[in-house]
Amino acid sequence: MATVTLENLRKSYGPTEVIHGVDIDIADGEFIVIVGPSGCGKSTLLRMVAGLERVSAGEVRIDGTRVNDVEPMDRNIAMVFQNYALYPHMSVFENMAYGLKIAGTPKPEIAERVSDAARLLQLEDYLGRRPRELSGGQRQRVAMGRAIVRKPAVFLFDEPLSNLDAKLRVQMRLEIKQLQRRLGVTALYVTHDQVEAMTLADRMVVMNAGVADQIGAPLEVYARPQTAFVAGFIGSPPTNFVAAQLLRPGAPDGARLGVRPEHVRVVSPGEGALQARVMYAEPLGAETLVHLKLADDALFTLRQDGTAPVPEEGAEIGLAWDDDAQMLFGPDDRRLQG
Amino acid sequence: MTTPADPLAAEVPPKKPKAQPDGMVEKRGAGLWLTHLGLILGVLFIFFPIWLAFVASTVTQPEIVRPPMPLWPGDRFFENYGKALTSGINAPVALMLFNSAVMALGIALGKIVISLLSAFAIVYFRFPGRRVFFWLIFLTLMLPVEVRIVPTYEVAASFGMLNSYSGLIFPLIASATATFLFRQFFLTVPDELAEAARIDGARPMRFFWDILLPMSRTNIAALFVILFIYGWNQYLWPLLITTDPSMNTIVMGIKQMFPSGDDVADWPVIMATSILAMVPPIIVVISMQRLFIRGLVESEK
Ligand SMILES: Nc1ncnc2c1ncn2[C@@H]1O[C@H](COP(=O)(O)OP(=O)(O)OP(=O)(O)O)[C@@H](O)[C@H]1O
Ligand SMILES: [Mg+2]
Repeated sequence: MATVTLENLRKSYGPTEVIHGVDIDIADGEFIVIVGPSGCGKSTLLRMVAGLERVSAGEVRIDGTRVNDVEPMDRNIAMVFQNYALYPHMSVFENMAYGLKIAGTPKPEIAERVSDAARLLQLEDYLGRRPRELSGGQRQRVAMGRAIVRKPAVFLFDEPLSNLDAKLRVQMRLEIKQLQRRLGVTALYVTHDQVEAMTLADRMVVMNAGVADQIGAPLEVYARPQTAFVAGFIGSPPTNFVAAQLLRPGAPDGARLGVRPEHVRVVSPGEGALQARVMYAEPLGAETLVHLKLADDALFTLRQDGTAPVPEEGAEIGLAWDDDAQMLFGPDDRRLQG
Repeated sequence: MTTPADPLAAEVPPKKPKAQPDGMVEKRGAGLWLTHLGLILGVLFIFFPIWLAFVASTVTQPEIVRPPMPLWPGDRFFENYGKALTSGINAPVALMLFNSAVMALGIALGKIVISLLSAFAIVYFRFPGRRVFFWLIFLTLMLPVEVRIVPTYEVAASFGMLNSYSGLIFPLIASATATFLFRQFFLTVPDELAEAARIDGARPMRFFWDILLPMSRTNIAALFVILFIYGWNQYLWPLLITTDPSMNTIVMGIKQMFPSGDDVADWPVIMATSILAMVPPIIVVISMQRLFIRGLVESEK
């Protein structure tokens, strides 16, 4: 159990900088999810915390101690990899016990800790098996078990669920969350899946091209995105953007207005803030997504209740929304108004 | 076949699959027999000279030189083999077998240890001159023993390694091929495994011992077989480096037994020696084959 602090953390490969100064303060026992599109530097950031990647500039502190030059094994962390990275020639028991064995933990204690972890993860019946004799979900649990037997101060997860099928992913997501709550260990979790991020995180970090665009509680990030990127990335379907000058003649050049599809209402043609033509509708049962084309050919999506009448294809409709649902972003994509 | 219209179709237990049409079975059978026949003929063809050698090692000298050659074993098996093993012609075959075993084992194990370590260094460590060393190793591929035999002999001689096991083993111990094989294998081991081990607290040599080595055991077994036979079959180098008959290896020893000048060759003993020279490689192949195949089956994904 520990705090983790990243201070102006940077990483360059040769002349190209891929992490441009990230500051995060993680409280003891907090579950932080780093989310962002592919290639934005999530893994790199996590691996710098783990000590697998050298820090180019800035500082990583675990429990207040600078660990930039500390070997991974001495950082008191454990990591779960995307492809699990289990030792193929060792049994499940040996896989989980390996770290303890190296640390010189007495045999009886190793046995006890491994069997505790196995009970927690329902792996008791599989301790004698090799990784290749397990299903994907079981391998995933072994990887978790390997992390928890060491009783680390910080858990690091790099997309641990992305190799599982959708159903198992939901189940393991819940298990990970419960486990982290029960053990109270600080966790740093990387994913590109926003649903995972929203459901797991105490606070989430939205990364965009090597920069942490916004850090905050999931609902807070959803409700008050600080940049156009965050508004577009969090929420599904993504936020609609229109040129701000269309609706507010005084707005600066290049400014954009964002409205979430779920906040838009259909009104009669000629009324509302915008006029649009219906291209097609996607009824999904509980909700219906209506894809629209604006006067300037820009696309616009609106999401309505599954029971609401679906506008006909080709029909002209008006779009309206509450004032506090609209978000104004300046030319630099930063949020201008609350 | 039940028709889909049959309402009971779903409840009828599935019929046993019908026997295949007779023509097909017969064709398959004929093909099988032909294949076997071909293989058996091939085996007989290759095995025949060895059989002749074995027959020759169980008869007397006059029986061999008097045509026609005997085709069935005689009654001198124990006598000829006993004579070969204990006294031989220049040196007892038992001693030569021992020398060969030391040399072949030394070369095989030495090559494996060295190439494992150098592949480990090249794949997992970033050190100055890494590329240079890599290419140096690559270059030695083009320099088989025969090409560098004179300078190597000079070096071995001035180190006082003539007529010694170290002289037989060390000059042949570096192996670019094996280094490449292990390098290729190490490159296929996912990086995450090394990283997981690092997080688990394994220092590099620990990772090597606990993870890389057990994972390479199939490769090691296969290489051991190849390298043991390579070492066992060395002819030119032992011929140069050993002058004392008590240091002779068996493969060159056979040649030494051939008569020079007016000597009369003791063919049954020479043939017994040849047969004996074949036994250890066969034992190695057969015993390692089991480990080899087990390794293959176990590491199958
Ligand atoms: N060894 C390297 N050398 C040069 N560039 C690298 C190296 N490793 C990563 N990068 C670059 O750093 C950036 C961030 O990579 P990173 O692996 O952290 O992305 P990610 O956010 O984890 O993406 P994903 O979701 O696809 O895993 C990428 O643009 C990548 O090209
Ligand atoms: Mg990644």
